[in-house]
Amino acid sequence: MAKETKTLNLNFGPQHPAAHGVLRLILQLDGEIVEKADPHIGLLHRGTEKLIENKTYTQAVPYFDRLDYVAPMNQEHAFALAIEKILKIEVPIRAQYIRVMFCEIGRILSHILNVTTQAMDVGALTPTLWGFEEREILMGFYEKVSGSRLHANYFRAGGVHQDLPKGLDKEIGKFCERFPKIINDLELLLTDNRIFKQRNVDIGVVSKQDALDYSFSGVMLRGSGVPWDLRKSQPYDCYEQLEFKIPVGKNGDCYDRYLCRIEEMKESVNIINQCLANLPVGPIKTDDGKISPPPKKEIKQSMEALIHHFKLYTEGYRVDKDEIYTAVEAPKGEFGVYLISDGSSKPYKCKIRAPGFSHLQAMDYLIKGHMLADVPAVLGSMDIVFGEVDR
Amino acid sequence: MQNIQDLEKILNSELNTKIKSSLIKHNQIYLKIDEANLTEVILFLKTNSKTKFRQLIDITAVDFPENEIRFKLVYLLLSHEFNQRIIIEIDVKEKEIVGSITSIFPAANWMEREVFDMYGIDFKDHPDLRRILTDYGFEGHPLRKDFPLTGHNEVRYSHETKKVIYEPVKLEQNYRNFDYESPWEGTNYIKEQTKE
Repeated sequence: MAKETKTLNLNFGPQHPAAHGVLRLILQLDGEIVEKADPHIGLLHRGTEKLIENKTYTQAVPYFDRLDYVAPMNQEHAFALAIEKILKIEVPIRAQYIRVMFCEIGRILSHILNVTTQAMDVGALTPTLWGFEEREILMGFYEKVSGSRLHANYFRAGGVHQDLPKGLDKEIGKFCERFPKIINDLELLLTDNRIFKQRNVDIGVVSKQDALDYSFSGVMLRGSGVPWDLRKSQPYDCYEQLEFKIPVGKNGDCYDRYLCRIEEMKESVNIINQCLANLPVGPIKTDDGKISPPPKKEIKQSMEALIHHFKLYTEGYRVDKDEIYTAVEAPKGEFGVYLISDGSSKPYKCKIRAPGFSHLQAMDYLIKGHMLADVPAVLGSMDIVFGEVDR
Repeated sequence: MQNIQDLEKILNSELNTKIKSSLIKHNQIYLKIDEANLTEVILFLKTNSKTKFRQLIDITAVDFPENEIRFKLVYLLLSHEFNQRIIIEIDVKEKEIVGSITSIFPAANWMEREVFDMYGIDFKDHPDLRRILTDYGFEGHPLRKDFPLTGHNEVRYSHETKKVIYEPVKLEQNYRNFDYESPWEGTNYIKEQTKE
């Protein structure tokens, strides 16, 4: 005799620890099999784009830190590049190296968080504890250079806010010597771990075609075997002068994405080392007084510098009428800024393209037919941060 | 990598009547087309072997309240094979309904929902056109220029009713929009002279 079955609706989140933030996922279950997933997002919506339209270009930078808050400087980079392209500003070479170095630090910050919390979601606590110790050191570098551990507000159109404090390059160098060992330790815990593999191999498989159709980028795309990285294909700042490899996955499952992230961290250490070795001396922001503020010392003596300072911190600089899309390879994928300027000192429109938004959209497609217990594994491997999804 | 000028020529010859104007700026192609041709052009760009714009990066709108045709819808596409980006623009009137491209790119689903939520532009044949980023039961379209920055309602937990309640926004101090535009830079004739 056939038994009557009915589907069960389950609310996953918005307060679930494995939801990585405020995600409300409505799951339709048939027994333990997920039939449909409907993510409800927007619980962290702060209206970033609307706020940016009402602030000057300088005042808009801190909002970018609050998008993907585990790798703040990578976002600022996209905004700075957009303005630089419109205004055709040359960025001093030292500033380019500093920016790239801190973007790679951001990448390591983000990947440590993702790899270790993904491990925690599937049952391993130790990697988190080990990984967060290193994140703490990296955030220390953020603090030393910008004054803040998380919300850096460090990149400016035309360079960076201030030069590296004395001795910071050596400290970063020391970290880079030590860190490969830590990655190795994490790998010893996870890569061949039976439980970790059982939970991740062949889970959430994305084919090449689907990865393209669903607008995946970053590791989600490379994990499925598409060799695409904006740092290589559309290089910005000094990435062209650096040597690094792009790890590409084969099967497109959660495990491949984990492996990609581990390899990317190693490449990031490599990039940081190259930046430190080649770090030139020189200015750290453009000398155009209409865009970057004068040094404090000059304000006391030069009338022009004083006027520039006053104008920059009240009206802000003006950006010519134009529209542009610029993208950077953020740790989570392609982070883009579509900027429309109208010649005033405030952006007319600033659309933020967050990689997590398109990744989370594919949740229904990824999880269909999987078990309920796979939901955190898939969610973890997508590397979702709600700051950028909800904006 | 295919040359961007060649690509523009290909687009103009293959789609000639459907393109209102094309432009190369910042190493990207900007296409202006009519709403009626939207799905056709996007399908062409995705499937044609000379263009291969196989990834939809984003969809967004821009609000120009003073214009007769109020909105501009913007589609950003990327071609991995040729390493090119294209920006497609269509003009949309306030209550006009636009064709959905979810059947071409499944990724368009949430992007169109976001445009609907933020600007109130409707899409025809969209499988699931709901609000996405704003609250359940939200009214208005926040990214329209006539929507106030502070919004209309605020939320708090009420101890009397023991639940979250909505109230009209009460501000101790209004949002101060300082007009910093410099009165000293109004002399255009000097700027023009120095340019020459």
